[in-house]
Formats: sequence, C-alpha cells, structure tokens
Amino acid sequence: MTPENYLALSAILFTIGAVGVLVRRNAIVMFMSVELMLNAVNLTLVTFSRINGGLDGQVIAFFVMVVAAAEVVIGLAIIMSIFRSRRSTSVDDANLLKY
Amino acid sequence: MSPLAAAEFTAPSIDYAALSPILIVSIAAVVGVLVDAFAPRMLRWPIQVGVTLLGLVGSFVAVCVVAHTHVVTAGGALVVDGPALFIQATIALVSVASVLLIADRSPEVGGGAFVAQASAVPGSSDERAAAGFGRAQTEIFPLLLFAVAGMYLFPAANDLLMLFVALEVMSLPLYLLCGLARRRRLLSQEAAVKYFLLGAFSSAFFLYGLALLYGYAGSVSLGAIHDAAASGQHGDTLLVLGLGLLGVGLLFKIGAAPFHSWIPDVYQGAPTPVTAFMAAATKVAAFGALLRVFYVAFGGLGWDWRPVAWGVAILTMLVGSVFAVTQTDVKRMLAYSSVAHAGFILVGVIALNRSGLSGSLFYLLTYGLTTVGAFGILTLVRDPDGEATHLSRWAGLGRRSPLLGGIFAFFLLALAGIPLTSGFMGKFAVFSAAVSGGATPTARRRTCPSGGGSADGRRRWLLRSPCSCSAWPASR
Repeated sequence: MTPENYLALSAILFTIGAVGVLVRRNAIVMFMSVELMLNAVNLTLVTFSRINGGLDGQVIAFFVMVVAAAEVVIGLAIIMSIFRSRRSTSVDDANLLKY
Repeated sequence: MSPLAAAEFTAPSIDYAALSPILIVSIAAVVGVLVDAFAPRMLRWPIQVGVTLLGLVGSFVAVCVVAHTHVVTAGGALVVDGPALFIQATIALVSVASVLLIADRSPEVGGGAFVAQASAVPGSSDERAAAGFGRAQTEIFPLLLFAVAGMYLFPAANDLLMLFVALEVMSLPLYLLCGLARRRRLLSQEAAVKYFLLGAFSSAFFLYGLALLYGYAGSVSLGAIHDAAASGQHGDTLLVLGLGLLGVGLLFKIGAAPFHSWIPDVYQGAPTPVTAFMAAATKVAAFGALLRVFYVAFGGLGWDWRPVAWGVAILTMLVGSVFAVTQTDVKRMLAYSSVAHAGFILVGVIALNRSGLSGSLFYLLTYGLTTVGAFGILTLVRDPDGEATHLSRWAGLGRRSPLLGGIFAFFLLALAGIPLTSGFMGKFAVFSAAVSGGATPTARRRTCPSGGGSADGRRRWLLRSPCSCSAWPASR
C-alpha cells in the first residue's frame, strides 16, 4: 500500500471539486464542491503526514475542518438570505451586478 | 510514532506584550458580542461605536508602544517585526476612519447604511416594521473587529497554517458585512454570495498549496520552506505547484488581474462604508501577507516567480486602468482603480529588496488613507434615494458644493499619482525600487507597454494612465 496513491486520489478529488464549482449553477452545489476540495486537501495533508513521519499534517487537517465548519455557517446564512429574497439559488439568476 | 507520544509537552512561550494589538482588538470584539447580547436595544449603537473605537485606538497605541520589537513568538507561528507593526498601524488608522463612516447614521432618517434586520425579506412587512422601529444590526461592529483581528494576524503569520487561519478570520466577517446594505438589498446580497463563493474557492486553492508545500518541506513554517528550497534536495515539482496554488489564493485577496473579477461586483454591491473598509484594510493586510510569504519563504526562488509576477502586475495595471475608464458607476470605477493600484504595489513586491519592501509599505499607507477618503466622500454625495453613485448624478458637483468636489478631486489626484501628492511618492518609491532591484531592463521594458522603453516613457505612462482613468469624472 503506497501512500503516493492517496496523493493521486486527493488530486483527483480536488479536481472534481474545482470542476464542480466551475460547471454547476446551484450555489449550494457549488459550495458542496468547495467542501469536497477542502476534504481533498485534508487527505493530502494526512498522507504527507504519513510520508514525512510527523503529526503536523494531521493537526492541520483538524484546523481545516474547524475552518470549513465556520465557513458552512457563514455560507449557508448568505445563501439562505438570497434564496428567501429571490426564491432561487441559481447563480445565473444573480445577475444585477455586471460589467 | 511512539517517541512523539512519549515526548514531554512544553507549552510555547507567548510574548503577550508584542501581541497586545491583536489581543486588544479581539477582546474588544468579544465585548462587542456581549454588548449585543445584554445591552438594551436603544443603548447598543452608541456603546458599540464606543467599544469599537476604543479597541481600535487602543490597538494603535499598543502598536506604537511596541514599535521597536522584533520577536518570533507563539512557538514560531507569529512574528512581530517592523513590517508587521507598520501594516497593523495602517490597518488601525483606516479602520478608525471606516468605523466613523459606519457610525454615520444621517443618510436616511433613523437609518444608516446598514439594514435594520438582515433576516427580513427585502420588501416585506417585516422589513418595514424593523425599519420603522429605527433598529439597526449592531453586529456589524463586532464583525468588523473580528475582521480587523484577522488582518492584524495576517501579516504577522510566520507559518502557512496561521496564515490560513488569519485569512479566514479576516474573510468570513467580510462576507457577511457585504450583504447588509439598507438600500438596494438584492445587489448587496448578490455581492455577498459572489464574494463568498469565489472567496471559498480561492481559499481552497490556497489550502492545497499549503498541503503541497507541507509535503515538500515537511513543515509549514516559512523559514523551513525557505531552507528546504535552498538545500534543493527534493524535486521542484511540489515546491513550484505549491507556490503557484498559494499565490492564487493570495493574489485573489489582493485582487490582481486574472483573479480580480469579484472586486467591482463586491465593491459596488456592499454598503459603502464596508467597501471603504474592504478596499483599504483588506488590501493592506493581504499585501502584508504576500510580502512576508514571498520575501521570507520564496525569496530564494525569485527566478521562478518573478517573471509570472511581472505578467500579473502588468495585466493588473492595464485591466484596472482600462476598465475604470468605461464605468458609469463611481463605486465601480473606484473598484477598478483599486485593481490598478494592486498592480502598482505588486511592482514593489517584485523588486525583492529592502527598498521594494519599504516602498510597498509606504504605498499601502498612502493608498489606504486616500481610498477611505474617496469612499467617504462617496457616502456624502446624495440624492433623495440615498447615495448617488451613478456618474450622471455627479454632474455639477463642483458648483453645487465646491468643498466636496474639491476634496474628491484632491483624493483622485492622489490616487492618480500627480506630483506633490502622496500617491506620486508611493509610485515613485515602488518603481525606483523595481529598477534598482536588479531587474532594470525587465522593469523598464515591461512597465511601459505604451511608453517605448525609455525611462521618460515609463514616467509618462505612469503619470498618464492612472490619471486618465480616475481623475476625469471630477472634471465633469
């Protein structure tokens, strides 16, 4: 079981998340894709922690989880407020600010 | 793993005196939350303004008291030195000015720039009822203080984890603040969503860069990354990838060209006092962090990142200046002007020497104060609907109120960098640093796409392009 495989897996997950943010149109799904990217990073951190033989990476992963949780609170509050006033979470509908 | 588990835990020593500016602002923010929970509704607004101003002024005094310290503290996670303290003092100054803008409730009767109740649906009876009571969301003050605490941490972070935490502490309150405008609430909420989604996206990139650099160096400390890069024992793939991804996250925060598209939207949609705060303080803090990361961790890799940074700086200056000319909204025009300024400050970062550092810091101070001033004038130009941000409403401003028009023209001249203003000194400092930074031919050729290549051409271009973009509406 080589740890490098986990690095490849996390890179694939990160890419799926990034593509998801770019192609999906629902703000909630975009936000879920961002969370997927953050969790891919956690996998990278833990794998590197294993490869390097230290515990730093695992501790950093905990920090990332806490920050991601805080981000969920803020993000869902903002998306909820725009949903209540527009009855839609599609980012294509949010088109008042442009050029 | 067993030796790690058996090792005795020793708490890192923390230099509370050197960190006092950060602590004072954080404590003031917590006090603000408590005031919001326990103070009677009528008293909240004045108490919050007082606590916020007290915290900010106190932190500025603390910065002045510890002005000459240079310590690495909190287990190597934070460093308090000259540049960090200068940035903190700058942020304190522009934050005080922004708080005064926020505290001004005269624009509408019983109102202010901020929504009475953020949870009420725009146009609903709830919203009218909340506005009728003369309420206001006093949470803006603690939110602003938490953002300031993150900004204080940002340039003082000495490892990438602290940098990431500071980035989020700084950004999360700002996402909320953007969505709290009293007028044009749909625009404001849209700005918040855009800022939040793009900000979270960019911080994911930042984080992946952090993870790759951790894999490369075995540590997230900036010094360790520098040492690992200097020793050159490992392959460069992880290092360069990590550097690039980290750079994306930081360049997004400063609003450099390929990552600038959120700036005009968010600056236009957010309440104007928040825009003033974001435009000035966020940019100052993000540049502080950028300077530290690129000077401390990647200083030895100049050959790798400087050519890319040149491209980004030139693109940023061009995009900001060109798009600013075509805007019809004053807030949006100032937003593009701030994009152009990010390009100019990047020139100082690229210099990668001592004068580049001092030039960038001076530029940040002049830019921050001028920008808050310009947005402050913006809140004073009103029509019956509130702030008049469309350019056509500004016609004849100089005749109607010569004082306002004169001050705004003065701020725009400073932003443009006309001689005898602070903006000129700042631009001169960063460009002379870039020329002396060992990249003279590069600097000369690349900073004057329209100027032909001579030093005179560079100066002409430097004077002409920003002034044509930001000074002309004042003359209309």
